[in-house]
Amino acid sequence: MISSLTAEKLAVQRGSRRLAENLSFTVKAGQALALEGANGSGKTSLLRLIAGFLPAVAGKVTVTQDGKEISEPEERGRFIGWLGHHDALKASFTVSEQLTFFGKLYGGSGDRVALLEQVGLARQAELPCRYLSAGQRRRLALARLVLSRRPLWLLDEPFAALDVAGKGLVARLIALHCGDGGIVVAATHEELGLGNEVLKL
Amino acid sequence: MTPFIALLARDLRLSVREGGGAALALVFFALVATLVPLGVGSDLALLAKVGSGVLWVGAALAALLSLDRLFQADYEDGSLDLIALSPLSLEGTAAAKILAHWLSIGLPLTLFSPILSVFFGLSAPAVMALTLSLAIGTPAVSAMGAILASLTLSVRRGGLILPLLVLPLLVPVVIFGAGMAVEVQTGLANGAPRFLLAFSLATTLLSPFVTAMAVRLNLAG
Repeated sequence: MISSLTAEKLAVQRGSRRLAENLSFTVKAGQALALEGANGSGKTSLLRLIAGFLPAVAGKVTVTQDGKEISEPEERGRFIGWLGHHDALKASFTVSEQLTFFGKLYGGSGDRVALLEQVGLARQAELPCRYLSAGQRRRLALARLVLSRRPLWLLDEPFAALDVAGKGLVARLIALHCGDGGIVVAATHEELGLGNEVLKL
Repeated sequence: MTPFIALLARDLRLSVREGGGAALALVFFALVATLVPLGVGSDLALLAKVGSGVLWVGAALAALLSLDRLFQADYEDGSLDLIALSPLSLEGTAAAKILAHWLSIGLPLTLFSPILSVFFGLSAPAVMALTLSLAIGTPAVSAMGAILASLTLSVRRGGLILPLLVLPLLVPVVIFGAGMAVEVQTGLANGAPRFLLAFSLATTLLSPFVTAMAVRLNLAG
């Protein structure tokens, strides 16, 4: 488990456009941070920067594990559970095949049946993903996120496309994850409902 | 090793299910090999002379058909982000994808080539040499293709420029590949097998590293 995520004087840049500057924050184990800001303010770019996809043009991002500070991007990536705004599902794969593949890729073990039950996709387990609705695809992406067993969750618009029950599910999963000592950073326009910190971009 | 096998198995399964895989390449290969004798005419001596070259060009073109999906599909639907964050390094990812491409395209083309060489009246030893040259050379086609597929992965409609970029780089493979069969036919040693093997080994070994670099650049874009 990791004890904290720290950003120091971070600058977010896309191409030649500087989106945000001098961002500093610390999120400790068990806490959640919501990123808020207008469309195009750099929320997704900041998440991609934390994930190590985008290089930091200034400042640095550090993950602390057992007192050891890790800031090398690809090493940091091994702690990250990613929920991007694309669902990353293959149309011809069934729901359970999709989970099985990511389980093997991430080396995460876990009860897939119970997981599908939890996100409300138990009846769709053998259905190819092309038949899923946008909300169901999002639920499957959430199941995959839980399966990855990564301590630091980066969520890009986790509530998108979900119904009321689905939004409740996201809030529950985030609370559970934080309860287990995980860290959540979420770009969102809605309340996470955890009494969490908010960073305005 | 498990993440590598998982990705390999997934890509193989995708190539069978989502089309554009082995079946498409084999049909394309068969059509090229059928059309050329129809166009050239029934001069068997001439056909035997050009046969190995035509089959090599046909195989190389057939292998390019599905190349644009190698990384692009995963890039567009967000899978590449998740794969990049997995325990498998990007170099390992590239190697798994190249191997999957070869197993689903290069290998079937190689095994299919003796049947198609019937159209060109190649002698049995020449057919053997051609098949062997495809077995050695097609990994280089997949590996070279992966480099350029990864460079163009964020280019919209990159599939259109991909063959234009890859084909010039495949010149050595086609020359030395067809040269192996020519060597058997003419009985004159031309060193083609050694050059082909060297080119194929170098390309295949270096490609995962170059490909990983290009993927990294595109994920940052």
